[in-house]
Amino acid sequence: MSTSEAANSAPSAAIAGSAEFVSSLLAVLLALGVGAILIIAWGASPLTAYAALLDGAFGSWNSLAETLLRAIPLTFTGLAITVAFRAGTFNLGAEGQLFLGATAATWIGLALPSLPAPLLIPAMIAAAAVVGALWSLLAGVLKLRFGANELITTIMLNYIAILFVSYLLRGPLQEAAGYLPQTERLAANARFPALIAGTRLNAGFLLALLAVVLAHIAFWHTSWGFKLRVIGLNARAALNAGYNVTAITLSAFLISGVLAGLAGYMEVVGVQRRMIENLSPGFGYTGIIVALLGQTNPFGVLAAAILFAGLQVGGSTMQTASGVPSTLTTIIQGLVVLFVIGRGAVDLVLAHRAKRQP
Amino acid sequence: MSDSIGTEPAPLVLRRVTVRFGSFTANDAIDFSVGRGEIHALLGENGAGKTTLMRVVAGLLVPQDGTIQIDGRVVRLTSPLDAAAHGIGMVHQHFMLISTLSVAQNVCVGIAKAGRLFPNLSQVARDLDEIGARYGLHVDPHALVGSLSVASQQRVEIVKALYRGARILVLDEPTAVLAPQEVEGLFRVLRMLAAAGTAIVFISHKLGEVMALSHRVSVLRDGRLVTTKATADTNPAELARLMIGEDLVLPQVDGKHASGPVAIETRSVHLRDEFGVPRLSDVSLAARSGEIVGVAGVDGNGQQQLAEILAGLQTPSSGSVIMTSPDGPIDVSHSGPGERIALGLSHIPEDRHRTALVDMSIADNAALDSIDRPPLARWGFLSHRAIRAFAARLIAANDVRCTGLDQPVMTLSGGNQQKVVLGRALAHSPRVIVAVQPTRGLDLGATVFVHRQLLAQCAAGAAIVLVSTELDEVLALSDRIVVMFAGRIVGSMTRAEVTLQRLGAMMTGQTA
Repeated sequence: MSTSEAANSAPSAAIAGSAEFVSSLLAVLLALGVGAILIIAWGASPLTAYAALLDGAFGSWNSLAETLLRAIPLTFTGLAITVAFRAGTFNLGAEGQLFLGATAATWIGLALPSLPAPLLIPAMIAAAAVVGALWSLLAGVLKLRFGANELITTIMLNYIAILFVSYLLRGPLQEAAGYLPQTERLAANARFPALIAGTRLNAGFLLALLAVVLAHIAFWHTSWGFKLRVIGLNARAALNAGYNVTAITLSAFLISGVLAGLAGYMEVVGVQRRMIENLSPGFGYTGIIVALLGQTNPFGVLAAAILFAGLQVGGSTMQTASGVPSTLTTIIQGLVVLFVIGRGAVDLVLAHRAKRQP
Repeated sequence: MSDSIGTEPAPLVLRRVTVRFGSFTANDAIDFSVGRGEIHALLGENGAGKTTLMRVVAGLLVPQDGTIQIDGRVVRLTSPLDAAAHGIGMVHQHFMLISTLSVAQNVCVGIAKAGRLFPNLSQVARDLDEIGARYGLHVDPHALVGSLSVASQQRVEIVKALYRGARILVLDEPTAVLAPQEVEGLFRVLRMLAAAGTAIVFISHKLGEVMALSHRVSVLRDGRLVTTKATADTNPAELARLMIGEDLVLPQVDGKHASGPVAIETRSVHLRDEFGVPRLSDVSLAARSGEIVGVAGVDGNGQQQLAEILAGLQTPSSGSVIMTSPDGPIDVSHSGPGERIALGLSHIPEDRHRTALVDMSIADNAALDSIDRPPLARWGFLSHRAIRAFAARLIAANDVRCTGLDQPVMTLSGGNQQKVVLGRALAHSPRVIVAVQPTRGLDLGATVFVHRQLLAQCAAGAAIVLVSTELDEVLALSDRIVVMFAGRIVGSMTRAEVTLQRLGAMMTGQTA
């Protein structure tokens, strides 16, 4: 990992990074603590429940593979939202970008079935990336040209995108059998090879790792990333320093959309093998939490994605083993968000008190 | 006039008040008092601890040590409401007014006396008229605060404090925002208030005003009380020495007029803000290589907008901005800061937190506007080693006091932050420098440093537009001085032609 290199070149970032890591870890522990109280209230043993959760998420090759598989789209959406956050904007539209990207990739895969894999896979990736990027860019243009708040537009664009995909899956792209709102199955050459034999984990996870590393390099080792971070912290200072704030902000929207589109692609080729109506159980929204918990740091995002994936995958094992409903994991996810955000509030309160009372 | 009249205790007495921010002591065991009918001036350089002390009095800061007595009783002020309840009224440097409400509405915001839910505004208006008549403080109670001049808004603040029953009035640098003629008006009001028994604390760093107005003067330096004297027993030279602590000489230009080619100019620039209000009207200004053009004026008369138009942060509504490149003049009216920086422009903005600095390390801030220049970045990839070397040179050359390159820039003192901004702006031998209030908030040593740097750049051939509301600064540095009033340039003169009378007249809009 290139973190050690970053630590040499930017110790302050490393120190700040470790403080952020502690704060995220604290948020997770507090959430699990409150979760334990709920489990006791339910009448079960937190130890048994959490042991089952851990076992279900990471206890065997297969459960580990399932967790990592689930972490792939979360990593991509988490990175998508991270890029936007770093530029000082919000992309709450990852969900819609994911659906459109997935649909575009599937369409290419079905339209060109005879293409050999080394050509077909890049073509599908490109389709997902371009479509996701354009959908995100739309929100960016609305913001920069008309001052439309991207918090609103990205969420609204989600509905348009997801309902449009529903239309496609019930109309032009529907499977020939014509029963379910889904496309035909993709041919074998459109899929990824398995990573662990006998499991569903595929080479897409390597692409997720690659995206994490590339994002890290982009943020901390390129002048684009430097400017992006400056804009996110103080756009006026960035303008005054001569940066092309509009272009860099738009590029952040674009890249955010690319990453969200790829999340959809990964889910299609890695899990469903076709485009379906309920492709995503809210990966685009969970990505927001992943980005927050990961402190908008690419490696942090990866860790947070694996954690949340583990919670989701292990939840059913927990339910079987201890009777605690698997929805508890959803509560824990919510609590993590509260504590991560609450951590910031603690800082605000402390700063306020420090101002009042030196 | 003195601490007490007879046995009556003084309205406000501070004993050994100590305020520490971390390891920094902003107020060190300060004794201070003001009597009934007394005007007590609190004098000190920026950063001497005046404002901190008054924040204690206003209930905004609780001191770690020491006591506050009101009318002889020890009180604990933990909020501005506490302070107001004890009869303390503050007139802050930045007014605490709501510009979309009327004067009467502003006065009764948040107080029960006027009726909490449905204030009796006509009664408030009558009360205000009465206060106005008594102290010569006339303001129209029904006027919208936003439509009033700065001087009138200040009167509203005073009236507001009096209406709320202030017997102790604290004014934080009240003359900073006023033209010379308006200062006289304020002084008349303050003298009448004192004559009627109000205790007044007058914070300033202007010696002339302190001598003219106050009965007693206390001098703060580096958080310590240096002396308290009857004003009659001292003189400006002594106060200046006490305030500064050593005899520093401001750099002086020789007044010879440089005559290089025009490096940047505006031609008939007009600017309307987002609400359509004209901010600049027909502004034509040219700065030649090797000269410093001082833009003087009372704060808020369009200087800020002019500077932003020069720097490229705002686009003029009409008119043009021309910069001279080696290939001839270029119209940059519609180019952003990036193009102008490429043509050799440097901007030292007024508000460094809003416009110049980013919550990152010193090294990153130092490299902020050089990040695309090799060797800091090549082919789009940063060289952290080159960035650190560049920043190390910058902080060494500008004597930035810090724990290291990785210290967050926001934890530096104001002076050291400004040195980072200045060093960055001057790092690449700019051809044009737009410097706005470059020494605001700096101590004298740092101010002299900034002035020397600007003079050196000027000698090296830069054209400098210096916007400042500190007349001393403008007079000390400028070859030519223009005065702005209400968005117009009302006068232009060389340093030799300047008299204080002329300058004062122009600053109030008379095109003498």
